[in-house]
Amino acid sequence: QVTNYVMVSAKKFARENLFSLLLVQTKSKKTLAKPGVKNIVLVEGVRTPFLLSGTIYNDFMAHDLARAALLGLLNKTSLPKDAVDYIVYGTVIQEVKTSNVAREAALGAGISEKIPAHTVTMACISANQAITTAVGLIAAGQCDVVVAGGVETMSDMPIRHSRKMRKTMLTLNKAKTLSQRLTLLSKIRLGYLTPELPALTEFSTNETMGHSADRLTAAFGVSRREQDEFAFRSHSLAKKAQDAGLLSDVLSVNVPGKGIVSKDNGIRPSSMEQLEKLKPVFIKPHGTITPASSSFLTDGASAVLLMSEEKALAMGYKPKAYLRDFVFVSQDPKDQLLLGPSYATPEVLEKSGITLDDIDVFEFHEGQILANLKAMDSDWFAQTCMGRKSKVGVLPIEKLNLWGGSLSLGHPFGATGARLVTAAVNRLKKEGGQYALVAACAAGGQVVFDL
Amino acid sequence: MFHQQFFMVGLLFVCRQIRSHVSYEVKDDVAVIRINNPDSKVNTLSIPMQREMAEVMNEVWANGAVKSVVLISSKPGCFIAGADINMIQACRSAEEVTALSQEGQKMFEKIEKSPIPIVAAINGSCLGGGLEFALACQYRVATKSRKTVLGTPEVMLGLLPGAGGTQRLPKMVGLPSAFDVMLTGRNIRADKAKKMGLVHQLVDPLGPGLKDSDVRTVEYLEEVAVGFAKGIVNKSIPLTKRKGIMQKLQDYAMGIPFVRQQIYKTVTKRVMNQTKGLYPAPLKIIECVKAGLEKGSEAGYLEESQNFGKLAMTPESKALVGLYQGQVACKKNRFGTPEREVKNLAILGAGLMGAGIAQVTVDKGVNVILKDTATEGLSRGQDQVYKGFNAKVKKKSITSFERDTTMSCLTGQLDYSGFERVDMVIEAVFEDLSIKHKVLKEVEAVTPPHCIFATNTSGLPIKDIAAASKRPENVIGMHYFSPVDKMQLLEIITTDKTSKDTTASAVALGLKQGKIIIVVKDGPGFYTTRCLSPMLAELLRLLQEGVEPKKLDLLTTSFGLPVGAVILADEVGIDVAAHVGKTMTKAFGSRLDGGNIEVVTTMVEKGFTGRKAGKGFYIYEKGSKSRNINPAAEEILKKFKLSAPPSVSSDSDVQYRLVSRFVNEALLCLQEGILSNPMEGDIGAVFGLGFPPFLGGPFRFVDAFGADKLVQKMKKYEEVYGNQFTACQLLQDHAKDSSKKFYK
Repeated sequence: QVTNYVMVSAKKFARENLFSLLLVQTKSKKTLAKPGVKNIVLVEGVRTPFLLSGTIYNDFMAHDLARAALLGLLNKTSLPKDAVDYIVYGTVIQEVKTSNVAREAALGAGISEKIPAHTVTMACISANQAITTAVGLIAAGQCDVVVAGGVETMSDMPIRHSRKMRKTMLTLNKAKTLSQRLTLLSKIRLGYLTPELPALTEFSTNETMGHSADRLTAAFGVSRREQDEFAFRSHSLAKKAQDAGLLSDVLSVNVPGKGIVSKDNGIRPSSMEQLEKLKPVFIKPHGTITPASSSFLTDGASAVLLMSEEKALAMGYKPKAYLRDFVFVSQDPKDQLLLGPSYATPEVLEKSGITLDDIDVFEFHEGQILANLKAMDSDWFAQTCMGRKSKVGVLPIEKLNLWGGSLSLGHPFGATGARLVTAAVNRLKKEGGQYALVAACAAGGQVVFDL
Repeated sequence: MFHQQFFMVGLLFVCRQIRSHVSYEVKDDVAVIRINNPDSKVNTLSIPMQREMAEVMNEVWANGAVKSVVLISSKPGCFIAGADINMIQACRSAEEVTALSQEGQKMFEKIEKSPIPIVAAINGSCLGGGLEFALACQYRVATKSRKTVLGTPEVMLGLLPGAGGTQRLPKMVGLPSAFDVMLTGRNIRADKAKKMGLVHQLVDPLGPGLKDSDVRTVEYLEEVAVGFAKGIVNKSIPLTKRKGIMQKLQDYAMGIPFVRQQIYKTVTKRVMNQTKGLYPAPLKIIECVKAGLEKGSEAGYLEESQNFGKLAMTPESKALVGLYQGQVACKKNRFGTPEREVKNLAILGAGLMGAGIAQVTVDKGVNVILKDTATEGLSRGQDQVYKGFNAKVKKKSITSFERDTTMSCLTGQLDYSGFERVDMVIEAVFEDLSIKHKVLKEVEAVTPPHCIFATNTSGLPIKDIAAASKRPENVIGMHYFSPVDKMQLLEIITTDKTSKDTTASAVALGLKQGKIIIVVKDGPGFYTTRCLSPMLAELLRLLQEGVEPKKLDLLTTSFGLPVGAVILADEVGIDVAAHVGKTMTKAFGSRLDGGNIEVVTTMVEKGFTGRKAGKGFYIYEKGSKSRNINPAAEEILKKFKLSAPPSVSSDSDVQYRLVSRFVNEALLCLQEGILSNPMEGDIGAVFGLGFPPFLGGPFRFVDAFGADKLVQKMKKYEEVYGNQFTACQLLQDHAKDSSKKFYK
């Protein structure tokens, strides 16, 4: 499911998958514990500042950002480097030199080389996939302490030679004689030199995400005004949270030669008048999605520390929340690309036996969130597309993304999932709530609980 | 009168109730006019619709509060599919049709000169008069839906775009593109239309949201079109497109009379090449365009309406319209909905036919098993299917992803595994009764009781094949034509024992495959092979009588066949022709004789089996388009040389000897009840065997040419060759009574 339409290239980052996670505050009376399954807790979550691509992180590679998040998490929790059992990271566009970016980050952070690490990918919910992988490892008794996170940099991305050129170059490697080499070289044509950018479209549908998103808003009758208002809300709330120091998960990162960054730099509170002036970016001239109502290209990394409750208590930690239940669902990649939360939310609630009203904190990825809200409130959609008897219900917007979201904070594809979970947990603590629900589109759905 | 006064009072609501085809509402200052023919899936330009449209337009123009107009259809998948053919058919004279055309021209002229901008919002088919309507509007917005196609298919009905199309199109898209659109009549998809300059803006179709996607897409189209209409009024949307350099260059070149003359010449030459001058409509289209550009639009419009009237009265147009109507009828399942839908199909034999059938089925949501007996054959067959879809990827009509998903519904295998789930088996194995019996028994042993066994044979009687079956009610013939992905016809053959549900199932599958279907009774050669057989026998005799293959091909193409008869024989395969010839002679005796069958058997012995072997009557070389005569085949013909009786050997006699035998056999099939009606006979002959479309098929040909004249010719040949040219009873009846016609 799609969460963000990044100006140019939001392409394979969104697929048909959706995710939602239920968190329970650890103080809560009703913990929704499951008999026979270990309680899995979130001890802490952090992230690097999320920065506009091409700005301060310009010279960083993905593993640099991932390492910064990992080290920040270890420092914040004072966790000994040898106490980690496993590391999982999510990412979307892979740097081919560091395709297992989790392992490179871990080694660089000085974690023992004996500790395994792997990287997962699932479009915009890659970090959610990393987190649920960690949950699985702990629940299965394989590990007790796992760091899960995500990373993305759009300041650099792999641009390849064309397939024909690559083929020639690979054959050239095998050529033995000078004449063979010259023959091969003589076959190179100017066209071979055209570079291949990471695809701008969904592989299966040939549609860019932004385009798909614009069609989705139209399908649900979301107006330009509603979108502008929501973008305005996101930026205003993010600014307020930043000023009030609520974004406590943001680390300070020293960028060599550029100083220390400790704030997200994409939050741009403006006015409705200014937003109204923006032109549509994907469908011209009659589209409704503008630069303000789509996420900007973002660099950043995030990480969370997950443990079994016993282990956390034994090590003297005060866990922040239980991770209770999660679901991943998949949809038609063409017409329902961004509808993850609508599908995943009711499923995870039913699995946990609670209702929408029980949830105190909603952290949803801000990609086509308005279309999702309309979908959840539609009996027709529930009956025709979801095979449910009636609509999911009205999502209380006053509980949604109160500290900003992907539109204002930014959306480094691979890292957003862990940011959502940490934000949900921190809001539960601050607001004194019991249950938090995290949902994102791209590939799955997760629900998080806090006790 | 009363009604009009009633409207004057201004009871808009009441107006809407009374009008059945056109309605409108005013949104802000935009009048949204909706077209919706009652009781029909499509909108057509009919007399009531035109009258209501004129009323509505007058009201809208008279309403000072309305600043712009959006024109949209309420039907999903259809804007306006064209003019109502019945309206043209009801006319008795060219003048009447010309008058119709002039009314259309006048109405669209008013639209073109509208004081307020009109935006045509197009979703679904926008064809013929529908496109001409849209062209007269000031702005066009179309959805990118696959159902949205624009085009002027009139030429395929032997007509021309008669409501201003020949005048507006060249101005809008340039001379070359306009000729391309009007002379081919092909459908243009929305994205291509935008590139050509036929539409201004595209709108994406929407997925399901709060409503059904079709409904919401049309609503969205309307919202967007209303936005454009307002934009045009407040000048934020320009009406003219900025032209690119190529466009400017082309416009400049078209401004030079000499260049235009060259284009007319080239296009005329190409048309003559392709049609041999047998089709009048393309030439008239060129004339109309020329008149408009060279003598001014008044002359152009006049030329257009007069030519439209003339064309509508030509036998060519009547034949083509008849074919169109037949085609529509043959795209329906008159046997009802089958009890079970075929979801799993198995095809035996991965040869050209088997693989072709797989190709047209696997992308229709049917799982297909392609079974062969050898790996090489199987792999060749799977490659053929892959190539078919890959060609579509190259043409961008599907994505590579769609190709792969489709291919994953095709399973290639050498054994009968999975046949327990199969709903239908189509066998396309070698044409030999004992082999067919063997596979029939093998299949029945492994398939469920409801499974249908369809045999793709071109000549063996189905009842003989069914004789080996435990469930003869499930046995049916499905005769496909090669190449299956290109040939539109499917001939379905039922025996006395075939159940109605089996027939319904076979027809349903054929329709899914996109076929035009005729259903005929069982008999040697069924319908199509039976008609072809005497013609090929006569062809052989003509070759023996010393008519050069190239001359024969020329004579047959100038009669209107799409390919020369000798080339056709090479394409069909000399071995197949020999096999069929023998079978047919065995079944029907000397009546189906002609040339000496020894000629073809000798050719087969020498390996000259036609195109597939590279040698038949001609030599086929890869990469070379020119065909040379195969001298060795010429030698064989010399050995069997017959003398040509001069009384029946003129060029025209050669043509009619071939055609009369074909036509006589077709009529015999109707007489014997193999065919259930003349229309299916015409469709089968045109779409399966290439009978000249402008003649409309053998039955319409007899109506137009005159049964008595044909019988006269046949009598002359009968005197020389005997019973092969004896006119059948049905033909004689028609010859005796000139009021007897196959079509009223």
